[in-house]
Amino acid sequence: MTHVNANRSKIKKYRACAVQKTAQALQESFPEDRMGESLFLKDPHRLLEDWLSAGWRVIAPLLRDGALVPDILHDPEELPRGVTDRQSPGSYRLEPGASTRWFEAVVGPQGWKRWLHPPERKLWSARRDAAGFEVTPEAEEWPATIFFAVRPCDLAAIARQQEVFRRAGDPAYAARRAATRIVAVNCGRSAETCFCASMQTGPRAQAGYDLALTEIADGLLLEIGSEDGTALLDARALPAATDAQVREAARLIEAAAASQTRAMPPDIAERLTEVADSPRWEQVASRCLHCTNCTAVCPTCFCTDVTDRTSLDGAMAERWQRWDSCFSPDFSYLHGGPLRRRAAARYRQWMTHKLSNWHTQFGSSGCTGCGRCITWCPVGIDLVAEARALAKGE
Amino acid sequence: MDTPRIAVWKFASCDGCQLSLLDCEEELLDLVGAVHIAHFLEASSRVEGGPYDISFVEGSITTAADAERIEAIRAASRLLVTIGACATAGGIQALRNSRALGDLVQAVYPAPDLIKVLETSTPISEHVTVDAELRGCPVSRHQLLEFVAAALAGRKPDLPDVSQCAECKRAGTVCVMVAHGTPCLGPVTRAGCGNLCPRVGRGCYGCFGPVDGANCAALSEQMRKLGLDTTAIAALYRNFNSGAAAFVEEAARHD
Ligand code: SF4
Ligand code: SF4
Ligand code: SF4
Ligand code: SF4
Repeated sequence: MTHVNANRSKIKKYRACAVQKTAQALQESFPEDRMGESLFLKDPHRLLEDWLSAGWRVIAPLLRDGALVPDILHDPEELPRGVTDRQSPGSYRLEPGASTRWFEAVVGPQGWKRWLHPPERKLWSARRDAAGFEVTPEAEEWPATIFFAVRPCDLAAIARQQEVFRRAGDPAYAARRAATRIVAVNCGRSAETCFCASMQTGPRAQAGYDLALTEIADGLLLEIGSEDGTALLDARALPAATDAQVREAARLIEAAAASQTRAMPPDIAERLTEVADSPRWEQVASRCLHCTNCTAVCPTCFCTDVTDRTSLDGAMAERWQRWDSCFSPDFSYLHGGPLRRRAAARYRQWMTHKLSNWHTQFGSSGCTGCGRCITWCPVGIDLVAEARALAKGE
Repeated sequence: MDTPRIAVWKFASCDGCQLSLLDCEEELLDLVGAVHIAHFLEASSRVEGGPYDISFVEGSITTAADAERIEAIRAASRLLVTIGACATAGGIQALRNSRALGDLVQAVYPAPDLIKVLETSTPISEHVTVDAELRGCPVSRHQLLEFVAAALAGRKPDLPDVSQCAECKRAGTVCVMVAHGTPCLGPVTRAGCGNLCPRVGRGCYGCFGPVDGANCAALSEQMRKLGLDTTAIAALYRNFNSGAAAFVEEAARHD
């Protein structure tokens, strides 16, 4: 993870003292480069306990109101076990799964976006005084953090958003990202809405993780992806995984890929440039609520709006940033009214930005195949089905 | 704006929106420090004449006398702002708009002859020009204060016409429709309440009225898939904002 290593000096600043000491101690006991090694782990509790007692803030998918949502873990016992999910366009349900399994349920409604790119954030405040006014940028606390159980599609999404904010020169995002370690989980099962295989982002984690887990029959395979990952490991050395365990993990991941029923057409980026006038846009707009859910759950969507707040006595002002969406009418408001008045134009903006224009703008697709926009669209509009219909000229 | 003179007026309503103003407990001292309250019967019996810089109007027009009174208030006000679902869309009392008034009066009142009202309950904007609308049943005190603060600073108030779903997602609320199959008017309802219902696992009741271009037909189709019959679907739209055009039309499609 070159970006993390390059920021090593910065990272330290964000580490709590205890964590810094522990990390150094761990590094000393593992001086050699262990990247690429595969180890075996019985269950995740021991590692989580180590990290929590070393002072890391651990954020993991936890049970919240009938869904799995990344939130702060205080006790390894909070990590859900034996749950699976049933997802389809416009529907999500958690159900009992195999009782011994930790990672059967895949992506939930919220990615890691709301942590790295918070939905609402004060940028600065200003106070009026006799001489004029004084502006204070908002200071942010971001403790040394571990994202635990990041799915491969979300790993790709983090990398893509990171690229957006790198180009935008957003130091707050860079600081949060630099002080965050990532423990990925390869998927041994896909939901009905997943199509990461066709987007080449999963179900195996590629680059960008510090550690990666794969759940196998009798435990977890653990792969080291970076020096930071090595430093995160328990000083009590874990046994190496056997060849059979490594093969089992690979087989499960391949089976997950093979089970995916949705696939994005490979030439969708080019095809969408040819169908700007397709009647399909109006057709989908007749079903679309322009409710903004798809953009909010999409782990790569980054758009924001800023608003100013002023106090009643006029002495204080604040500038706030918050998530916005190309589905909101104010999004394209220029003098005289919104540029994209019609719902069809707004749906087209969303789809063409994700699947086509993102390539020109940022050098990759804006879609990782996580399927969230399909599941969490209240009326179940299916991005893949729409893209396929458009690609076929329907 | 120098200390603006503010007036608050009541028409056919429950007083809940005016109470929201009084409910700004923490900010009340700042508020009375920043504005001059010239007319607000719920807060003070001292009344001063116009002209007023901002008139907040609660309630709908249901009598001939009120139809005249709102004209006078408009003439005496620089900015006229409707507060709440009654003033903005006719309120819950607009439910009577689709029935024969005589039958309703007969059914409800022991002495129907004493009731002298208009056929319909109508929003203020059907009678006079309205400069801004604060939605809600009741309005959000946050939006009320925001409107006053913006007027004082000479900036645009932050009243975005985005759906309740946007509030859900910013708040991190798990969608009740997708995760639990609970019918929710959020996708066609304007944000602003502070995510009150979905946050506690309930579907949105539509207190803030329809968003611009609300696609109610598409939402109703989803309600049908969730198992609601046409009567139940119509009832969803016949609520605090039953008089708002998008909801009137959609409810009627299911009769
Ligand atoms: S596609 Fe679905 S989630 Fe997105 S704006 Fe339309 S109705 Fe909402
Ligand atoms: S466009 Fe949809 S499937 Fe693609 S990354 Fe965004 S939410 Fe996931
Ligand atoms: S799809 Fe819309 S909300 Fe998402 S990044 Fe693109 S313009 Fe922004
Ligand atoms: S709970 Fe209702 S308001 Fe919230 S996202 Fe779901 S449909 Fe929208």
